[in-house]
Amino acid sequence: MAQIRIQNVRKEFGAFTAVRSSTFTIEDGEFFMLLGPSGCGKTTTLRMMAGLELPTSGEIFIDGEEVGMKPASQRDIAFVFQMFALYPHMNVRKNISYPLVSQGMKREAVSARVADVARILRIEHLLDKPVGGLSGGDRQRVALGRAIVRRPKAFFMDEPLGALDAEFREHMAEELRALHDRMGATTVYVTHDQLEAMQMGDKIVVMNHGVVEQFGKPQQIYDWPATKFVAQFIGSPSMNFLDFEGMIGIGGDSVELGGVKVHVPAAREGRAGRLTLGVRPEHVAFRDDAPYRGRVSAVEYLGTTQIVTLSTEHGDVKARISSGQAVREEELVGLDFDARTLSLFDAESGKVLISEGNEGVLAHG
Amino acid sequence: MSSYSVTEPSLRQKWVAGILVVGYALITILPLIWIIATGFKTPSDAIAYPPKTFFTPTVEGYVNVFTTRTRLSQEQLQALGEPTTWYDKLVRKDGLVISGPSRFAERFTNSVIIGFGSTVLCIVLGTVAAYAFSRFKVPLKDDLLFFILSTRMMPPIAVAIPIFLMFRSLGLSDTHAGMILLYTAVNLSLSVWLLKGFIDEIPVEYEEAALIDGYTRFQAFYKVVLPQAATGIASTAIFCLIFAWNEYAFAVLLTSGNAQTAPPFIPTIIGVSGQDWPAVAAGATIFLVPVMVFTILLRKHLLRGITFGAVRK
Repeated sequence: MAQIRIQNVRKEFGAFTAVRSSTFTIEDGEFFMLLGPSGCGKTTTLRMMAGLELPTSGEIFIDGEEVGMKPASQRDIAFVFQMFALYPHMNVRKNISYPLVSQGMKREAVSARVADVARILRIEHLLDKPVGGLSGGDRQRVALGRAIVRRPKAFFMDEPLGALDAEFREHMAEELRALHDRMGATTVYVTHDQLEAMQMGDKIVVMNHGVVEQFGKPQQIYDWPATKFVAQFIGSPSMNFLDFEGMIGIGGDSVELGGVKVHVPAAREGRAGRLTLGVRPEHVAFRDDAPYRGRVSAVEYLGTTQIVTLSTEHGDVKARISSGQAVREEELVGLDFDARTLSLFDAESGKVLISEGNEGVLAHG
Repeated sequence: MSSYSVTEPSLRQKWVAGILVVGYALITILPLIWIIATGFKTPSDAIAYPPKTFFTPTVEGYVNVFTTRTRLSQEQLQALGEPTTWYDKLVRKDGLVISGPSRFAERFTNSVIIGFGSTVLCIVLGTVAAYAFSRFKVPLKDDLLFFILSTRMMPPIAVAIPIFLMFRSLGLSDTHAGMILLYTAVNLSLSVWLLKGFIDEIPVEYEEAALIDGYTRFQAFYKVVLPQAATGIASTAIFCLIFAWNEYAFAVLLTSGNAQTAPPFIPTIIGVSGQDWPAVAAGATIFLVPVMVFTILLRKHLLRGITFGAVRK
């Protein structure tokens, strides 16, 4: 079990930079999510940690030891691939015992360990079967078995649930999280699915275009996104953006949005020019006397809640409200934004402005 | 199941397909049957017209291909006394005695050494090269691969004279090593290209998994890639062996006394009275056996090998 530290790691493939100077720390025992759209560099980052790619520059520490240039076989880590990568010419037992055999472990010890792992994963009945005939879930379990059998310092998983169908995914996600809690091993998990990341992770790194956009606990990231990209990528539907020309001074707690005063958390940095107000759909409420108006253009019914799309003079706004509330299309309503939860972004750079709300979460200066 | 199905052919379709396949098989196998039958005929049966479908089989041809014989006068024959072995007896009735073994066994052994030797070399070099082309960043990879392929774009015999001169000055003429090298050079492009295709199909994650499981790159190649490339290796080996085994032109040109293979030797089998067709046919039949056995042993792989990549698993 180990702490993993990534320091200024950079990876170039020819002229293409896959990862630009990333820095973050994964604490011992954490379930850590690397989240981002495809091509954002998350898998490359993971592969560098595992030793399948060598960083162009920067340092990677596992358990305090710099391993950036060491081959994978010397890092004492386990990797679970999206397509499982079970050795097709070996049966389940051989697949699971393979990492132990390479360490030269005695046969009795190997079979004891394999039996142990098979019991934990409930695949004892599969041990002597060839891997070819196994279902997706069973393959996934065998792949996990091969990873946990050697008790490595850390587990790296590259979209391990990506190849499973939706129904089974949910189940495996729970199983995986339970397994992690039981073993307490540092786990780094790559996914493009923000729901999966929030559901399973202790901490999340959000990456885009090879850059770490934000790093923190799921709720911190959801509530106080550091950039417009994060705000948009996380949450479904994503955060509403209202672009406007305006200004806010240090200590200011409101902005002028189309002549309407909107309260925001007290600003810790000021900015004038093109700004974006970010508001989560669940923080939009309907109040007849609210001065900011919108016209209902669509209603999506989702069971307990409904998503109402409103056109306003600053673009479409989605609101998540209780299904009990009656809404008619084309109706004109007043919109009330929950002042404590709003984020203000610099529209040019996409970066959030530090305020009373997010200063505790965002350390950037 | 309904009376019409897209996947299951009807009985009539099966019959038509069956007749076509059997018919085609018969046509292709006919020369082979002809040769095998001729091997068991007497020289006069072999050249009889109309050809004899039914005849009394004899192993004379087989005895003749392995021996040289001398014609003796009646007195000399009587002086020799009774023949001691069954093959002595067989030739004695034609007024001949066996004067010694022919060089067929030796030529056949040459064929085995050169054929299998070049196949092994081709597979070893081909697998390693194909692996490198498939997995590593090789500068000018595409150009190199095209260059390798281009060695196949002319008939190999077009370079016979330069090779003949090179071999002569390098002392490789009429040596096993020379022929093995030559056949390897000719086959290597085929081997690299075929094997690269097979190795490309093996997901790189298998090796990465092995690397993480604590194996070195070579161990990963040896323990994980090779077993999965077995199919490709087997079918490539068959193609290489068949070429090296059957090659005639270079063998005629570059070998004579020492390293001559069976193909140029078999037609030179001349009987005491004219061309001994049964002996030639017997030689050809024996010559066919190793390739047939090799192919049958590997046929499971061959079938998968030829259709490999055509169907997504």
